[in-house]
Amino acid sequence: MFDTLDSPAGPATQRRFYLNVEHHPENGTLLGFWLYLMSDCLVFACLFAMYGVLGRSYAGGPTGAELFDLPLVAVNTSLLLLSSITYGFAMLEMQKGRLRGTIAWLVITGALGAGFIGIELHEFAHLIHEGAGPQRSAFLSSFFTLVGTHGLHVTFGLVWLATLLVQLTQRGLVEANRRRLMCLSMFWHFLDVVWIGVFTFVYLMGVLS
Amino acid sequence: MTEHVAAGEAHGSLNGYVTGFVLSVVLTAIPFWLVMAKVFDRPGAAAAVLLGFAAVQIVVHMVYFLHMNAKSEGGWTLLALIFTVVIVIIALSGSLWVMYHLNTNMMPSSMHGGPMGQPDMRHMP
Amino acid sequence: MTSSELTRLVLGRLSWDAIPYHEPILIFTFIGVAVGGAAVLGAVSYFRLWGVLWRDWITSIDHKKIGIMYIVLGLVMLLRGFADAIMMRLQQAMAFGGNLGYLPPHHYDQIFTAHGVIMIFFVAMPLVTGLMNFVVPLQIGARDVAFPFLNNLSFWMTTFGAGLVMMSLFVGEFARTGWLAYPPLSGIAASPDVGVDYYIWSLQIAGVGTLLSGINLIATIIKMRAPGMTLMKMPVFTWTALCTNVLIVAAFPVLTAVLVLLSLDRYLGTSFFTNDLGGNAMMYVNLIWIWGHPEVYILILPAFGVFSEVVSTFCGKRLFGYASMVYATVVITILSYLVWLHHFFTMGSGASVNSFFGITTMIISIPTGAKIFNWLFTMYRGRIRFELPMMWTVAFMITFVIGGMTGVLLAVPPADFVLHNSLFLVAHFHNVIIGGVLFGMLAGITYWFPKAFGYRLDPFWGRCAFWFWVVGFYFAFMPLYVLGLMGVTRRVSHFEDPSLQIWFQIAAFGAVLILLGIVSLIVQFVVSYVRREALRDITGDPWDGRTLEWSTSSPPPAYNFAFTPRVYDNDTWADMKKSHYQRPRDGFIPIHMPKNTGAGFIIAALCAACGFALIWHMWLPAAATFAAVLAATIIHTFNYNRDFYIPAEEVARVERARTRLMAAHV
Repeated sequence: MFDTLDSPAGPATQRRFYLNVEHHPENGTLLGFWLYLMSDCLVFACLFAMYGVLGRSYAGGPTGAELFDLPLVAVNTSLLLLSSITYGFAMLEMQKGRLRGTIAWLVITGALGAGFIGIELHEFAHLIHEGAGPQRSAFLSSFFTLVGTHGLHVTFGLVWLATLLVQLTQRGLVEANRRRLMCLSMFWHFLDVVWIGVFTFVYLMGVLS
Repeated sequence: MTEHVAAGEAHGSLNGYVTGFVLSVVLTAIPFWLVMAKVFDRPGAAAAVLLGFAAVQIVVHMVYFLHMNAKSEGGWTLLALIFTVVIVIIALSGSLWVMYHLNTNMMPSSMHGGPMGQPDMRHMP
Repeated sequence: MTSSELTRLVLGRLSWDAIPYHEPILIFTFIGVAVGGAAVLGAVSYFRLWGVLWRDWITSIDHKKIGIMYIVLGLVMLLRGFADAIMMRLQQAMAFGGNLGYLPPHHYDQIFTAHGVIMIFFVAMPLVTGLMNFVVPLQIGARDVAFPFLNNLSFWMTTFGAGLVMMSLFVGEFARTGWLAYPPLSGIAASPDVGVDYYIWSLQIAGVGTLLSGINLIATIIKMRAPGMTLMKMPVFTWTALCTNVLIVAAFPVLTAVLVLLSLDRYLGTSFFTNDLGGNAMMYVNLIWIWGHPEVYILILPAFGVFSEVVSTFCGKRLFGYASMVYATVVITILSYLVWLHHFFTMGSGASVNSFFGITTMIISIPTGAKIFNWLFTMYRGRIRFELPMMWTVAFMITFVIGGMTGVLLAVPPADFVLHNSLFLVAHFHNVIIGGVLFGMLAGITYWFPKAFGYRLDPFWGRCAFWFWVVGFYFAFMPLYVLGLMGVTRRVSHFEDPSLQIWFQIAAFGAVLILLGIVSLIVQFVVSYVRREALRDITGDPWDGRTLEWSTSSPPPAYNFAFTPRVYDNDTWADMKKSHYQRPRDGFIPIHMPKNTGAGFIIAALCAACGFALIWHMWLPAAATFAAVLAATIIHTFNYNRDFYIPAEEVARVERARTRLMAAHV
């Protein structure tokens, strides 16, 4: 009514230099979180660069071809990929306003993610037991750090998921929780994107050479 | 004030997620098969193909799961992504290029061919 | 578990030996800090200000208060960083031949490392961040930044990072590796002591703060501009702030990753940067400079923004070539990622790599040159008022251009082969950082001080500070160019050649002048406070400014603007004044504001405690504090009650008070 947001600037004396009504700027959370993900991309890029430079420095120790168990990696990859689509289903439920459906698909996502971490921990424990721990060579240092950092991110995602499940049970699908679910969604899919890089660059190419 | 999914906020759809999932499965299975069945002779060619599949699958994830489009947040999401990708490419390729040269010139195994070459012994008495 | 095993888990390698009983300089410093600290704490208690401190400052999420606190942090750390500098100058002026000076190398090495770390991370970054925090929301017509709580957290993370560095003076020691801590020297084998660990954790904690701040300000500038303020109608300072924060978000993750890798080498025995088992220390140098070069542009771009505002205000003209200023800033942002190798031309990457980076380094000087011409063209035929900010600007133009030219000289790889890591390099970067960043920050502080506090800074003491700083800078650093060309290396605490001594003595004299400049700054703050009624800014626009922040009162109310501004053109406030803008006197509405919170302070304090525990290998406290950080963060997310409304009557009361004030002093 009062504000002339859409009218063109009239003669100088008639322009109003302020809005009479309450003005809420658009919420910046999703953009801000996306920017954080971009910064995380760069952290992973450094770790990939480190692996790119040191990934063949075996120091006389075991190589990727000797160590990597590709069928197990394939299982892990499937778990993570499945968890991406189950999170997608959770988001569809959220958009329809269905709290119970949302929670159900989130729980399944969490279970798949926990499975991924469990298998990865088992893989790491096995490697360390075989004497192929992160201290053995620069290749192994960069392998454990790159894959381990990804795993740490997934673990934080699971903690965040658990927290959100509690908050959803307490308050339902309020605006703040929807925003948080959308952020976690971005985070979760982003981790799957990074995993594509990991299984290609580390595991598959590591077995090749 | 209701801020339901605002204009530019991307929706998922069942079709979108399932399509993305199926594409991702295919784009994952093929590289695994290529390596496990030792389809390629030369690791260089294999690596290029694998990286190609990875790049395509990343785009699939961006579009179908992350709903990447030019309208989200007034185009800023896409701009941020493009900028990040450019920086990542610079950091990765720059590091590999620089480190390759540094290693070739300066690492002990190649010292005989290093920057100073062989000492000139002709003027020794 | 035996009691000694438990002791080791709790106390790690911390013991009474960590306290430097045998270093008289440190003992005296500690006594001074203890006495001064007790005086400050005593005064706060005596005037019963703890409540005020906690409620109005520590827990504040107001960008104005946070901005002021950042600048206070930067200026306080300037005193510590400068103390390091003058100690080095004194040592180098006297330590020739038989005279070993008063600082043994073990101590001297910590001093130059701490000097660099403190000046870059805890002086320059906080000053820059503080200025952007205070000014940007006001310039774009917003009430606060996009994420006010994160803003508070970022500040405390930075402050506690500084606290860790300061602790290293009295508990343990600091790194002796130079400010970038190259391995293998910084690896566990060559530096098994706590120094490098203090370095790593203080920078990691502060770095998280900086990264979050970067995300915050980008989201603020993109999302919260007043209606009508398109990108190309933003003030230039906001443009430089946007590009700076883009650089922060794109560069700081690299620093985080590299420091993690170094700490993995030190804590877990990995082989990233070791000499054996396949490690490659050169990769550290490569990655750290991929961060390091954008970092220096993070420091200088806001200074360029300050100068743009100052020049147009004090020449009474719209800035010349607004569009080209914006493009130049964006080009600098992108190009800053293509030059990093010029910091290690001598590491042996060969002719092709060196020439590529040498050429890109020269190209990046071009947009900066364009900016200098734009400022000069703005001054041309302007009605120049030589208030202090304008004086700092003219000093910057001369000094920074000299420093920039020596940079272009260093960009030539064969020249750099001679000058790398010489005092010529040291002179160059001090030339651009002092002449560019510091002069810019002092200009900005002088310019926006009345807005923040309601009174101008005393001009006489400001001019004293100015002349001491400028003349002192030239005396302190021009000799270093000469010494560098003669072949003197950096980071050396003792010399044999007596013919060099005169140059070091001139440099020491310059350092004393700068000391007088710093003293003048402190006196200026005190005198200005005492004389504040005489220096009072009634209208909110003491300089006849051109941008939106000058439309508010000095200081602005908590909500910044009673009504969201509507923007039509660049230099909005100048536009409004020309249009005989009248402040609205009624019709005020309730204003939605975020609440203060102690969560940021608590989380940051726990992070610092965790850092301290990790430094001293106190594994149990480290695990406990880490868990506490997680818990505190999760608990904070359960707080959904984070905002409130300022009632319309309160807004009306504040605005009426301002109307009365302005009317009484017409």
